[in-house]
Amino acid sequence: MISPFEDVIIQTVCRILIPFIQLYGLYVIAHGHSSPGGGFQGGVILGASFILLCLSYDLQEIKKRLSQRANVIFLSVGVIIYAGIGIVCLLLGGNYLDYSWLRQILPVDPVEARSIGIFGIEVGVGVTVMAVMISIFLDLASEEEQKGS
Amino acid sequence: MKLVALIAVCLTGALLLYGTTDMPNWGDPNSPASLHVSPRYIEKTMEETAVPNMVTSVLADYRGYDTLGETTVIFTAAIACILLIRRFSP
Amino acid sequence: MVWQLNLILLLFVLICAIASITVKDLLSSAIIFGVYSFFMCLLWAEMGSVDVAFTEASVGAGVSTIFFIVAILKTTRRSKD
Repeated sequence: MISPFEDVIIQTVCRILIPFIQLYGLYVIAHGHSSPGGGFQGGVILGASFILLCLSYDLQEIKKRLSQRANVIFLSVGVIIYAGIGIVCLLLGGNYLDYSWLRQILPVDPVEARSIGIFGIEVGVGVTVMAVMISIFLDLASEEEQKGS
Repeated sequence: MKLVALIAVCLTGALLLYGTTDMPNWGDPNSPASLHVSPRYIEKTMEETAVPNMVTSVLADYRGYDTLGETTVIFTAAIACILLIRRFSP
Repeated sequence: MVWQLNLILLLFVLICAIASITVKDLLSSAIIFGVYSFFMCLLWAEMGSVDVAFTEASVGAGVSTIFFIVAILKTTRRSKD
């Protein structure tokens, strides 16, 4: 669908720019506590950086770096992180998604435990959203048949 | 047919514009939305969760179930796209 | 909250919305929809909800425009009516 082409300017600029975009996405996820942002926005930015890689090179490039199988695993791992933190809270004796009970396995006080729990689920949301964006884009843009299950 | 559609659109727009006259003013401290639960979040967020950004704390802590549902919705959308659009070789 | 700035942004939002549904070329329509999302993002930011503005800028103006363009690439560029 997207035919491979060689353009030195576009490829060089994107190769320089993509690591900074990914760093910014990680910053948005990690700094969502005290600035605008969070898991959803950071995940979208991370996914957009991979889409930019797709657009500037070709579709095979992203399949070399992040295979479809790994992408589907990422898709599920984010939701599992989110729900798993809730299950951990449940096992430790509290309510579902009540992060203050994480203090029993972390060496912090309950208030700090809630902050850490929020960070954990932001990471989960970010991983899921990143994989969703890449997955939908690759499904829409690729024409040839996929190998595998 | 286009005339009927135009009339329907104009009627709906007029009804919506009429509905906005009942809404409280922008940033009104006495509006119903900011009287019941908002003051509690604004006062207690810092001492209960140690997160300066109130939006994040409400989104991920006080309303954690909703965000879990949102993540599940996005996940389901991606699974539906994979099942519908992706072509697998046998 | 400066009402003149709000009015200008709202006018741009209206112009973009009307142009996006009247234009015949679907690719132009997708791009104008991205511009609409960006003005909506400015409006949110001006009203003080920065998180919503961030989401609108990243999802509405960034990724959904790409999805629209890819979908147009897959189907057809001309609208039927």
